[in-house]
Amino acid sequence: MTEAAAGGPQKSGPAPAPRLHGCPVEGSLGAVVVHCNKADYLDLCRSLKEDGYVMPIGVTGVDYLTHPGRVLPEGIVAERFEVVVELLDLEARRRIRVRCQVPASDARVPTLFGLWPGTEAHERETYDMYGIGFEGHPDPSRILMPDDWEGHPLRKDYATGHVPVQFKEAPK
Amino acid sequence: MTDTGAPRKPSLRDRMLGRVQPGGAELTALLEAKTDEGSQEMAPRATTSQGEMRLESGGVLHLPEGVQLDVMDFDVEAPEDESMILNLGPSHPSTHGVLRVMVEIDGETVLRSKPVIGYLHTGMEKTAEELMYHQGSTNVTRMDYLAPFFNELGFCLSVEKLLGVDIPPRAVWIRMLMSEFNRISSHFLWLATNSADLGALNMLVYGWREREMVLAFFEKVTGLRMNHNYFRPGGVAADLPDGWRDDVKALCEAIPLRMDEYDRLLTGQPILQKRLQGVGPLDADTAVSLGVTGPLLRSTGVAWDLRRDQPYLAYDQLDFDVIVGTAGDCWDRYAIRFNEIRESVRIIEQIAEMMPTGDYRVQDKKVTPPPRSRIDESMEALIHHFKLYTEGFRVPVGEAYVPVEGPRGESGCYIVSDGTSRPYRMHMRSASFSNLQAMAPLARGALLADTIAIVSTIDPVLGDVDR
Repeated sequence: MTEAAAGGPQKSGPAPAPRLHGCPVEGSLGAVVVHCNKADYLDLCRSLKEDGYVMPIGVTGVDYLTHPGRVLPEGIVAERFEVVVELLDLEARRRIRVRCQVPASDARVPTLFGLWPGTEAHERETYDMYGIGFEGHPDPSRILMPDDWEGHPLRKDYATGHVPVQFKEAPK
Repeated sequence: MTDTGAPRKPSLRDRMLGRVQPGGAELTALLEAKTDEGSQEMAPRATTSQGEMRLESGGVLHLPEGVQLDVMDFDVEAPEDESMILNLGPSHPSTHGVLRVMVEIDGETVLRSKPVIGYLHTGMEKTAEELMYHQGSTNVTRMDYLAPFFNELGFCLSVEKLLGVDIPPRAVWIRMLMSEFNRISSHFLWLATNSADLGALNMLVYGWREREMVLAFFEKVTGLRMNHNYFRPGGVAADLPDGWRDDVKALCEAIPLRMDEYDRLLTGQPILQKRLQGVGPLDADTAVSLGVTGPLLRSTGVAWDLRRDQPYLAYDQLDFDVIVGTAGDCWDRYAIRFNEIRESVRIIEQIAEMMPTGDYRVQDKKVTPPPRSRIDESMEALIHHFKLYTEGFRVPVGEAYVPVEGPRGESGCYIVSDGTSRPYRMHMRSASFSNLQAMAPLARGALLADTIAIVSTIDPVLGDVDR
């Protein structure tokens, strides 16, 4: 229970992190995680696909608004949002996770639809829940919330319990 | 009610029609700039973008760099004025919940299709951020309500990975036992509803009956037929009850015999064969690039089963076969699920034989509560109990994703911990959500009646899709 985080946040020591396609890689509880900035995101993913990561497992987001103190490898500046992509290599039976920093001021990343069509619904869900736009997505509409919903529910500044009842004329 | 002249609270209809701007024009403008990305529904061809059209008509395959795609290549010949857009669902028995599929049809032929989802969205991922880790499995068990053990399993394995806790062998094997029974019950329900969709209504009753046998065993072990909250971080909630071996033995004897009967009833039936064979074929490349998993992926000939390929729990000690198809059509998916039931019985027989003795949860009192009997006699146990249920247990900072092979494919839980007793972020990667993306490629060019067979053999559970 105590030494569980080994390899994760304690990686900020003097040894430089190994790099994959120019982006720092670290181990996180047995998983391989590549960190990248927004600018490197698409190129990194394209290279990973060429490496054999043919299956997109999922794309999701994390809003680090109230947990800003996380430790990231050198060269990666912590931003409010992270887009997390989980990929699978069926041949080599290995997985990799991409964590891309996305600033709140310009919450947009390129879509991965061109690389893996299976990211389509996941990106829509990430947009729906976090308001992170995916540029070039063929159908960037919401997917789980109604079309006219205001706000993005999984953001940390979107409070629970403040949503009015929408399905009947609730008394004020 | 008198009109006082005060501004009326906007109704949903007002808001949908844009008649009222809650929060003032400024806020609305701000929000709209971020949120208005258009309708989720399928639009007529004139107002649909090329990319969306290509997506809905199932043309998702990769193209080499620089090659331009002609959208019309993917379309069955049909002039605009001869096609119509039709809603299937959301409230129809064949949609297995509240799936709404919008299809553009020309006569009986499907030109485009688009699943519209979200009708069962209950914000469970947001709820999970409010619940402590020991409460979390109550939440996740309600996602895929036909395979609750797999949700709990993914969640618990993820939490345990963050904690660095190794659970005792008996807990591991109990988890495997329950998971495999859950796979059987889920496939039985699929067999029932799939047959009913295709007109074999007697199988509906039999499928529910066999599932009920398994659920009766679940009730005996966990206290509940569904939504068990039986797997908890650190082990399972209770040990197996006395006489569980007899129940397992009875089930393992009954199920294969019944499967032989259903084989005779269904598999040789010409109507069922006609409805399934060659319908909705999927090729391996498309399946892989769509992120499709489970029986849907295996039907295309890709032998990928996490139990064998990236073993978790103690699946590496068991002997079982991965059932693989060749054609990737509805018939293959039917055959795979059918035979997976038999394979799971084989696994359960091995588990019952090899079930170790010992603790059913870790004896770390910071993670699992003390037994009820200890609370009356030990001050320390009382304190542990009190602390655990008021504050929960803290999980070290980090992130973990643990996938498990559910009945519908890879279901995995991604947890980010900020060191408190509540997950900072909990995301469930659900198999149904990804598998539903195969809807458009499968339905393209199929008959309208075939889309029912296709939805049925994709086997989405809407609780899992919408979460």
